[in-house]
This record gives sequence, C-alpha cells and structure tokens, in this order.
Amino acid sequence: MAELVRERGRLRHGVAAYRLIAGAWVRSTMAYRASFALTLCANFAVTAFDFVAILLMFSHVDALGGFTLGEIAFLYGTSGTAFGLAELLLGPVQRLGSRVRDGTLDTLLVRPAPVLAQVAADRFALRRLGRVTQGLLVLGYGLAVMDVDWDPVKLLMVPMMLVCGAAIFGAVLVAGGAFQFLAQDASEVSNSFTYGGNTLLQYPPTVFAKELVRGVTFVLPLAFVNWLPALYILDRENPIGLPSWLAFLPPFVAAACCALAGLAWRAGLRSYRSTGS
Amino acid sequence: MERTDPTDPTDPTDPTDPTDPTDSTDDFIVLDGVEKVFDVRRKTGFLRRERREVRAVDGISFSVPRGEMVGYIGPNGAGKSTTIKMLTGILTPSGGRLRVAGIEPARERTRLARRIGVVFGQRTTLWWDLPLIDSYRLMHRMYRIPDARFRANLDRCVELLDLGALLDVPVRQLSLGQRMRGDIAAALLHDPDVLYLDKPTIGLDVISKAKVRGFLRDLNAESGTTVLLTTHDLQDIEQLCKRVMVIDHGRLMYDGALAGLHEIGESERTLVVDFEHELPEVSVAGARVVRVEGPRQWLAFPAAASAAPLVTELASAYPVVDLSVREPDIEAVIAQMYADRSALG
Repeated sequence: MAELVRERGRLRHGVAAYRLIAGAWVRSTMAYRASFALTLCANFAVTAFDFVAILLMFSHVDALGGFTLGEIAFLYGTSGTAFGLAELLLGPVQRLGSRVRDGTLDTLLVRPAPVLAQVAADRFALRRLGRVTQGLLVLGYGLAVMDVDWDPVKLLMVPMMLVCGAAIFGAVLVAGGAFQFLAQDASEVSNSFTYGGNTLLQYPPTVFAKELVRGVTFVLPLAFVNWLPALYILDRENPIGLPSWLAFLPPFVAAACCALAGLAWRAGLRSYRSTGS
Repeated sequence: MERTDPTDPTDPTDPTDPTDPTDSTDDFIVLDGVEKVFDVRRKTGFLRRERREVRAVDGISFSVPRGEMVGYIGPNGAGKSTTIKMLTGILTPSGGRLRVAGIEPARERTRLARRIGVVFGQRTTLWWDLPLIDSYRLMHRMYRIPDARFRANLDRCVELLDLGALLDVPVRQLSLGQRMRGDIAAALLHDPDVLYLDKPTIGLDVISKAKVRGFLRDLNAESGTTVLLTTHDLQDIEQLCKRVMVIDHGRLMYDGALAGLHEIGESERTLVVDFEHELPEVSVAGARVVRVEGPRQWLAFPAAASAAPLVTELASAYPVVDLSVREPDIEAVIAQMYADRSALG
C-alpha cells in the first residue's frame, strides 16, 4: 500500500515536470507563429499523402481483404490518431540512444525530476498535431461512410480505441527507449515496431498471414489498438477464430503494457547507472 | 492526465524533510572505501567477446567539511568524473559508503538534486534550443525556488557573471565562455549547499577564466557553499583551493595543501632561455639543463626556489635574448610522485 502511494506521488511529480518542460517548448515555438503554422501544415501534408496511396488503390478495387474504403478509413483513422497522440506525448523517447551516447542523459539525472518525464517532454513539438489531425479527419470520413448499426456500446468503443491505442503505442515507445539503454543504436528496431506497427494496423487483419496476426495479438498486443474493437463494431469474424469479447479488453491490455514499459524503463535506467554507458 | 498540486504532501522528493540529520555534522561529503568497477566488453571476433574489469575508482576515502573549497585533480581517465558522477547520484557505486549532506546519492537522487549544483564543463545542463532565461524559469519551477529567492539569486548572477545581454539568446548561440557562465548561474539559482564543478574552465580564454574564478571565490566566501572542483588547470587550484586531492588510477595519491604537493612531488619549474646563438649546455648553480634545441635551452629548477638569482646569473654570464618560466603541470607532478615512490621501493 505504501508502495502504491509512493508510485502515485512519483507519477504526479513526473506529470508536473512534463507539463513544465513541454510548456516552455510550446511558448518558445509560439514565438515564431508563422514558422509553426508552416511546419504544422507540412507535417499534415506528409501524413496526408499516406492516405492518398490507399485512395489510389481503391480506384482499382472495391474492397481490400473484404473491407470497404470506409472501413479501411476507420482502421487508418483510429490507428493514425492513436499513434499520433502517443508520438506527440512521448516521441523524443525514441532518441534516447543518442542521449546516452553523447552523455547529455547525465545532465537530466542531476535535476530533481523523473528522467522519463524530462526525456519525453524535451523539444515537445505541437507540430506533431499534424498527424493527429490527419488521423481524425480520415476517421471522421470513415465513420460517415461506413455502414454500421450503431448502438451505445459501439459508440463508446471509438473513443476507448483512441485512448487505449495511444497508451499501447506509448508503452511500445517507452519500452523501445528503455531498450536503448542497453543497445544505443537500436532506435531502428523500436521504430520498426512503432511506425511499422502503425502502418500494419492501417490495413485489415484479413490481408495478413495468420502468424503475423497471432503475433500482434499475443506477443506485441497491437491488435488491441484497433483490429479487435473494429471487428466487433463491424460484426466481422476474427480471422484467427478468436472470440469477439476480446474487443472489450483494450483498457486492461493498455494498463498492463504501460506497467511493463515502466518496469522496463526503470530496469534500463538502473543498468545505465551501474555501467555508465 | 492528472493536474498536479505543487505542494502535494505525498511527493517523494519533498525538500523540507524534517528528519534530515546532516545539518549538525561537520563532514558534509563523506566517502569511505568507495569503488566503481566497470565491466568492459570488447569484441574480439564474430560473436566472441572479451570481458575485462576496469576499476575506475578503487577504494577512495575522504571527507569534506561544510564550506570548504577542494580541488580534485588527476590525469585523464584517473577517475575524477566517475567520482563526481557517484557524488551526484548519476552512477551507483560498486562498493563502499558515500554520503552527501547525509543523503545516499544513488538511492535518493532526486532529493539530493535540490541540494546540489552541478556544472559539467564539456556539456551544458541548460536547454540547448531555449533562450537562457527560459532555462532559468524552468529551474525556478522545477526546483520550486521561492519567487523572492529566485529573483535575488538571478539578479546577483546576472550582475556578477555579466549575463544581462545574453538572457534572450538561445543557449546554442552562446560562446563557450558565455555558456559556462550561464551554466554556473543555473547551478546556483536554488541555493545549493554544495557545488560540483567538472572542469569549469576548460577551453575558456584568460578573461573568462578570471571572471569565473573570481565569482567562485566570492561565492565560497559569502554563501559558504561547499565546492568540489575537478580540473586539468593547476592555476584553478592555486587561485581557488587551499586543499587539493590527487587521484590516479582510481586511487587517492595525495590529500593536503597545494604547496605540500609540490614538495612531495619534488616538482620542478622550467626556465626556457633563448640565447643569441647556439651554445653548449650552460652551467648555473641550482639548475640543470634538460633539453637543448638550437639557441634555446630548457633549465629545470626546484618549484620552491626563486627564479630571480638564476636569471641574474644567466644574464651576466651568457648573451640572453629572452626568458620564460613554465609551471609544472599536473601530469609532471604526478609522474614525479610515482618516480619517488618506486625509488623508495
């Protein structure tokens, strides 16, 4: 119990430090509003081209793996928004390896704030909202054209997907960062799970090999970000024969992922502090 | 996300801990047999690795009372920075006992952080892309410095370190000397009890060095801040510290006054003399020629002796064009200590 109170205190302390540092970066970016608006638009445009590729595909076919354009847009929008949120809040954790290599991590360790909060809030960039905006627009389009019998449970499931999805992606980002305490050049490995995972989830599970679907369900539980809830909303069979109630698990999966990522981060930091490299 | 109350009583790093036992003791920094062993792995072939133990700090014991200013010197790779990293809680010691202000640094890193200031000469603790003043404002909130204290400390640092014109400049655009002054101010805004300076004058020009040294001297005299300084520059020590510790290969070689170091090391100063033309090795009392290069000769004489009689004798006997005196460097002093030790057996 005492340990729980301590953890809570630590979490609050971290969130406070995060807001403080992120706030300073936002103020400093806002000093150059025009430049900020430009980078935001550029960020939006770059991610937008991504969806154009899918649109082009649908000018030749009517369905992909049994999913219509609207349904694909729904998958794309939920995954893109969730990943965008995670990247907005925790993106710089992916560059931990370079901080270890050039020694700037040491300067964070002498400040009275949790290291994860300091790393994550560093260079906090609102321009990453571009990806979130694009994801939300595509999601809106998908919701508008999809043919779904909406009921309150299905409606509530959409915001749950975004929040839990962001938490799962965030946990993967932090775990990837923690791994870089040990292998400083491993940022590409964690990128393949985060950016690669995001791209994967933008397509329906039916187009992938069953082993891959099993892997992202049971090993790296990215399927809980959007695939499983989406299959429930769309009343589709699970391609690997799993029951539909799995669609209600994302909150628990997200909590477990965050706890594991937190432990991994702590272990990584402890190892850094005993080896100094 | 949850909103945070800055006066949250469950905060694990509450700075006003009433159970803090340190303020009654004299020894502010205490090391007792502290060790740091690194496992170095080297690739020796495909998938084959060689493991080697490196004892970066090999059983160091010393204590520093409150308000003292101590120099911590030694050659590259001697273990200076590793010691500082253990004293700040960045690194966990492999063995021995370590206390700063009664706190075990590795265990309570964030609580200690409020009571120490750290300046790393080679990297900044400021936020690289933000204007200097934004870094200070962040420190203000992060260290929860009372507003009046913050104002007073900032004004004082700005005045004494000449930072007024730099406050709105992003840190990355500052020169090395400006950045160093900015870093020193940042380390002092929260009134730390102890200040660690890791090579603070490295790469600075003469004027910046003098400014930094003068500021540190005043700080120590007025605020009674305990200062531990690592450096390569013996002049830093000469001008700032009464006490000096020499470390090499992870062991404490000397702990005492700087003058005593010269005696123990029997270090020598060097007189570099340019003659009008090439000469055979000159001979003068109290000095010996150690090197000849064309018309220039190097004469070694004891560091404790005066150069004046030597210069007079040389000038009267030989056609001297120019002279200069070189102080012994740390490497030479330490090399001499080793030589003496092996001579003693």
